[in-house]
Amino acid sequence: MTGGEILKVRGLCKTFGGLAAVDDVSLQVRTGELHAVIGPNGAGKTTLINLLSGDLPPSSGSILFRDQDIIKLPPERRSHLGIGRSYQKTNIFLGFTVLENCRLAAQSRAPRLLNWWRDALSYNDELEQARRALAAVALADRADDVALALSHGEQRQLEIAMCLATDPQLLLLDEPLAGMGTEESQKMVELIGRLADARAILLVEHDMDAVFQLADVLTVMVNGKVLATGAPAEIRANHEVQSAYLGSSDEIL
Amino acid sequence: MIPISLPRTALLAALLAIVLFPLIGATFYVQLGAKIMIMAIFALSLDLLVGHTGLVSLGQAAYFGVAAYVLALISPQYEAANLWLTLPAAMAVAAVAALIIGFLVVRTAGVYFIMVTLAFAQMLYSVFHDTKLGGGSDGIYIYVRPELNIAGFKPLDLENPMQFYYFVLILLAVVYAFLNRVLHAPFGRALAGIRLNEQRMRSIGFPVFSYKLGAFVLAGALAGLAGYLAACQFGFVNPDILAWQQSGVVLMMVILGGMGRLHGAVLGAFSYVLLQEVFSAPALLGAYAKHWQLVMGSLIVMIVLVFPHGIGGFLDIVLRRISYRPPSSARTDGT
Amino acid sequence: MFYLIQLLNAVQYGLLLFLLASGLTLIFGIMGVINLAHGSFYMVGAYLAYWLAKLTGSLWLAIPIGIVIAFAIGLLLETAIFSRLYKRDHLYQVLLTFGLILIFEELRSILFGDEVHGVAIPALLDYSIPLTDTLSYPVYRLFVTAVCLGVAGLLYFVIHKTRIGMMIRAGTSNREMAASLGVNIPLLFALVFAVGMALAAFAGTIAAPISSVFPGMGNQILIICFVVVVIGGIGSINGAMIASLAIGCADTIGKVIAAEYSAIAVYLVMALILLWRPQGIANKA
Repeated sequence: MTGGEILKVRGLCKTFGGLAAVDDVSLQVRTGELHAVIGPNGAGKTTLINLLSGDLPPSSGSILFRDQDIIKLPPERRSHLGIGRSYQKTNIFLGFTVLENCRLAAQSRAPRLLNWWRDALSYNDELEQARRALAAVALADRADDVALALSHGEQRQLEIAMCLATDPQLLLLDEPLAGMGTEESQKMVELIGRLADARAILLVEHDMDAVFQLADVLTVMVNGKVLATGAPAEIRANHEVQSAYLGSSDEIL
Repeated sequence: MIPISLPRTALLAALLAIVLFPLIGATFYVQLGAKIMIMAIFALSLDLLVGHTGLVSLGQAAYFGVAAYVLALISPQYEAANLWLTLPAAMAVAAVAALIIGFLVVRTAGVYFIMVTLAFAQMLYSVFHDTKLGGGSDGIYIYVRPELNIAGFKPLDLENPMQFYYFVLILLAVVYAFLNRVLHAPFGRALAGIRLNEQRMRSIGFPVFSYKLGAFVLAGALAGLAGYLAACQFGFVNPDILAWQQSGVVLMMVILGGMGRLHGAVLGAFSYVLLQEVFSAPALLGAYAKHWQLVMGSLIVMIVLVFPHGIGGFLDIVLRRISYRPPSSARTDGT
Repeated sequence: MFYLIQLLNAVQYGLLLFLLASGLTLIFGIMGVINLAHGSFYMVGAYLAYWLAKLTGSLWLAIPIGIVIAFAIGLLLETAIFSRLYKRDHLYQVLLTFGLILIFEELRSILFGDEVHGVAIPALLDYSIPLTDTLSYPVYRLFVTAVCLGVAGLLYFVIHKTRIGMMIRAGTSNREMAASLGVNIPLLFALVFAVGMALAAFAGTIAAPISSVFPGMGNQILIICFVVVVIGGIGSINGAMIASLAIGCADTIGKVIAAEYSAIAVYLVMALILLWRPQGIANKA
């Protein structure tokens, strides 16, 4: 079931020294909808995610999240509004335990900037929230291991668990399947499918099997521009998309 | 936190030695001990930034010096100042200086942060050196040490070297315990996250700027405590106490002892002051003793080149060797 | 007329700073090394000028010999020490170069003592141009300004018009790319470092007759150069030029308005820049 539009992007641009990485991109994502963005390497997909999460300032355009203009907000403020993101390159605290990674994420919901005294591990709400997030990605039994000791696939799961611990309404997932084996990938696809029920997800992914399995809506980007947007079946039948893909890379839809 | 790599018995013996030392040591060494502990507090304050938040500040002496000047400026000339008023005042001024400077420097990162903290510290140095505010380059004398007075009762006489030693020891223990708690509290955990990965901390919703600024101000206040005590001990202040060399020395201590671990900062202060005493002893180096910084500088260069993973790593290896001695040798040591 | 003199002083001081800051900013930008001992080379240059001028009897001989010696020491330091620092954390670079400062200062103390020494202005330039009845301007300062401008022009030409300049520019923006272009990186690094050191020493030699030579002179100016690099933006020669002149002016204006607080003016300019553009004026966020 899909709800209202939670994210509305209009005319978003990002130029790096005259080169447009993201060029006049418009799209919207609804709650309960999984919106996948695909395109050849260098199409500007990761840049798009960075613009939406606030890691990069856009050159122009507008981003409305729940009808609020967030274009000027820094990443931490966007996180508090309900936007969570994962990174293409695994981006977790390798030296911390798995639980601590998530606990820290949960702690951010109750900023204790001036709490310099009580032991961080004595806040049961946050520990609970962290454990729930770990359970959601099936990492509960690894809670006390150091993140460094996890397999690549498990680290990717932890990355998502950290997002979940902040209870986001919109998840921006940047190639969550990158570098995973078939079995790990299938587990991750199932996980993302489950997450999409109650949230909005913007997914950037190269694995076309996974994309067509998961996506409700597809946006195809080429050279920073949106080439086409539509239901998976429409995109599959789109001649322009086929020729763009065949013309610029070897990937097959 | 008790360092895991140090055997508990050795630690207890060390603690006991520190507590009992003034009873047997000559006054000169008791004063040296107090100086080491003051520098240890100073090093702890910097370790909070360098080792625990990942902020390499090269201007920590500024807050140390500002607090020392506050004591000198508000002390009455011929009678003792009230410690309960002057100590909080000195720390508060140091904290405010850290807040104002921190507000500007925490926007920068990496090399910029190093240069900018150094530059602002130099600005404060210029203020005290060039203007008449703090007696110019001659500085100010503090003829009488502050008085610790609890409702007419004086538990410690700070003029007495032994009692001053214990006073500093108590404060060092308090600062150590306090920082230990802070680092395990939510605030400290967030700092640890910032040190490892600032970008990730922001994307999970931490206002990193405020946390860094908080750490900067806390470190400034603690450096101020050390500066206040140093002014008490030496009885005078001049611009050199906030010169950039002082900031370099305290950074050296933090790294020497192994940053990111509180006991490392204490150990670093201890090693550095002792090395300085040895290198500057005329008995050892004769006429070259006054050029002791030549030896110290060469040692620093050697250490950085020979131990590419940092001195902390080197010290870890040494400590591990000590703590994993075969049982037989441990027993002979115990007797 | 008074203001003309102040303006000339500001420009002269600013250009002198540029000689130091340009080397500093290039070494940061290309090798990623923070070198606290950069100021020590300014001191080395000044003391070489003092020593060689006494030995040869002429500053004209002292300057070129001093530059060659500084360049050689620079090459030596680069191969023996700095080349091992490039991939290390800034913390260790700070620590090691702090150690180097101590060594340089003590060697200076052992070799030349701790007194202030004057260096005579060469007879050829030792007169002043009268501007009014009471005010005049020393020709040597004009000479310093002209020489610095010449060096800055040369630097600009080398960086923007020559092949080695192209390599340097490639190096500041993207080190891997420069390597893939077939640039001999170790040689380029050694050269840039030694040239940076020679520039700093050159600044010291020509400034010696104006400022005289004294202990700690390198560290004082080093911190001002950091301010220049922070304002100009790391790796930017153009930024360093603008920032040097701005600091020269701020310092001079400060001296005119309130001599006691003139040192602070420089840092206030930096504070404003940090509020406005933390990455320096030449670098975009």
